[in-house]
Amino acid sequence: MTRVTRFAARDPGPAARMAGFLAHLRAHGFKLGVGETQVALSALTHIDAARPDDARRALKCVCTGSAEDTAQFDALFDSFWLNEGRVRSRVKPSDTMQSRPNVRSSIEGDGPQSGSAGAPHAPDGGDGEAEADGMGRLVASTVTNLMKKDLRDVVSPQDIAAAEGIARRLGAALRDRRSRRRRAANKGQQIDFRRVIRRSLATGGEPIALPRRSRPDRPVNIVALCDVSGSMTVYARVFLAFLAGLMRADPATDAYIFHTRLVRITQALRDADAMRALNRLTLLSDGFGGGSRIGAALDQFARTHARTSVDGRSIVLVLSDGYDTDPASDLGDAMARLKRRGGRIIWLNPLKSWRDYAPVAGGMAAALPHLDHFAAAGTLNDLAALEPELARL
Amino acid sequence: MSWQDLQLSMSDQGYVAGDDLAMALHIALSLGRPLLLEGAAGVGKTEVARVLADMRGTNLIRLQCYEGLDASHAIYEWNYQRQLLAIRASAEGGTTGRAVEDRIFSEEFLLERPLLQALRKDTPPVLLIDEIDRADEEFEAYLLEILSEFQITVPELGTIKARSIPMVILTANGTRDLSDALRRRCLYAHVDYPDRETEMAILRARCPEIETQLGQQIVGFVQSLRGEELEKTPGIAEMLDFAAALMGLGIADLTENPAVLQATLTTLLKTRTDRDNIAPEVAQRLAGQAA
Repeated sequence: MTRVTRFAARDPGPAARMAGFLAHLRAHGFKLGVGETQVALSALTHIDAARPDDARRALKCVCTGSAEDTAQFDALFDSFWLNEGRVRSRVKPSDTMQSRPNVRSSIEGDGPQSGSAGAPHAPDGGDGEAEADGMGRLVASTVTNLMKKDLRDVVSPQDIAAAEGIARRLGAALRDRRSRRRRAANKGQQIDFRRVIRRSLATGGEPIALPRRSRPDRPVNIVALCDVSGSMTVYARVFLAFLAGLMRADPATDAYIFHTRLVRITQALRDADAMRALNRLTLLSDGFGGGSRIGAALDQFARTHARTSVDGRSIVLVLSDGYDTDPASDLGDAMARLKRRGGRIIWLNPLKSWRDYAPVAGGMAAALPHLDHFAAAGTLNDLAALEPELARL
Repeated sequence: MSWQDLQLSMSDQGYVAGDDLAMALHIALSLGRPLLLEGAAGVGKTEVARVLADMRGTNLIRLQCYEGLDASHAIYEWNYQRQLLAIRASAEGGTTGRAVEDRIFSEEFLLERPLLQALRKDTPPVLLIDEIDRADEEFEAYLLEILSEFQITVPELGTIKARSIPMVILTANGTRDLSDALRRRCLYAHVDYPDRETEMAILRARCPEIETQLGQQIVGFVQSLRGEELEKTPGIAEMLDFAAALMGLGIADLTENPAVLQATLTTLLKTRTDRDNIAPEVAQRLAGQAA
């Protein structure tokens, strides 16, 4: 227990060691600034710092900020201070993109998910394109599709124009109607006393003008995540057109596609020229029609982009059939994490319109408890028909 | 005072704090920094603040958060009626212009709401900001200045600095992620459901007259009930209600009367689905395991 790490003789002292420890935590995804080092050092002056358990508890309350941090902290503390092999058994940072939180596009991605030119690979050890097996069931495929697909074959600018109208209407249906906060306005239910008093100074305490406060409408930002894996290829035309329409109808939206990895396509879709937008999308969507790793993609989204773009006034729109090659629990965890950001989650599943469809695919079943709305959507007409349902949310 | 002393004096007040929690409180008190307590409902987060206030013999100022909570309810508000009267009075008295304005926007006309109240006490109070995740992001932003600088800026008046640094406790259920800015200003402790020994100690502290055997059965029963699939997991307060109900009915053994056990489950299970999930047989099995 008390095999305390022996630091090298040239070690410059406790302050530097503490800075080293904080850097060690930061490298494992803790959100810590420079100020925390100072706080950590002063916290140690209030306890018996020579006792490892006391020091551990004190540093724990300074350095952690969430239940996840707390769960990770003990192992990280041991590895740094208690000689648990700083080099050997370093705790592996959880996968996905934690160490690169500001990734906007994974084009420059390295590692097995990059899907760049080169040898084909099967991330989960899958063996071949398994879009459907002998039983006639749809199964999720694990293979990254390296064939480039020209999206101009999939979506036409006319589709986008049609989808834009629908997206505009849906977007309007999803707008938050009222804010809870009031703001100064010419008309409104409440009198703005602060301004009344100020104005009445000029009239000797006679409140002649009665400025008011109202609850302004506040926009909801929509974040759409579209599955473009092999099993979804037939619906890609509709959904990509829909996304393009959504992006063009409303500047406060964000769009991503995922197959075996997650790609942000917002900028590409906003291109003023619909044809050029598709071109840019083709370049981005390397791996289109390949395997599906919904759990990993959504988890990555929840950990990176969602931290800045999803809050209590967001709607996350997931367009996917729910066939996932990752374990179902991954998807459940990712959805729970996403839900904690406070937004509403709507899942549109093209298969739901099938007769006798039940969400039994492991991933779909795991995601269901976290959804605010689960609806069918396979064609543009289906999407248009969603308007009244979404307005009610 | 070391953290063990703090733990001891808290248990004198009837609060059994885990080591991590006691240390977090000790550091928060020593450094004068806010402490964010996160954990499921019913693990005793709010109670920490009450016990702390009792222990230090100071006031507990509580701000319950809700969606749409804004500065005029949480921080300060001008007393508009008095301001209007004052303007009329000074108009009749002949004072006008700058002098009136200075007068009506002075501290005299400021109504204190909980946060300002906490900063203006001479003896440092305990400020409890309860269920911060129910408030929206805007309200978190209001808190940033107060929690890091312990000051409030009123546009008409200037900056009001704290007379004494209050001990601030924030609680959250983890239903919504708090902003990183807010988390960074606070120390953090995650409060979990207590383990068997701790829960037994809590029960003994709150109901000293309980028989050891019944106490152990109650704690064992509640602990295994928490392992079941429930919508609302029973917390510590529920466990204490359950114990009080059983003692009131004069039960000495959980397994002796299934009908009474089922009836007293109302203290633990607060939704209909949970009641349906824990059928009499399930309750009997859990009670049997606990016995």
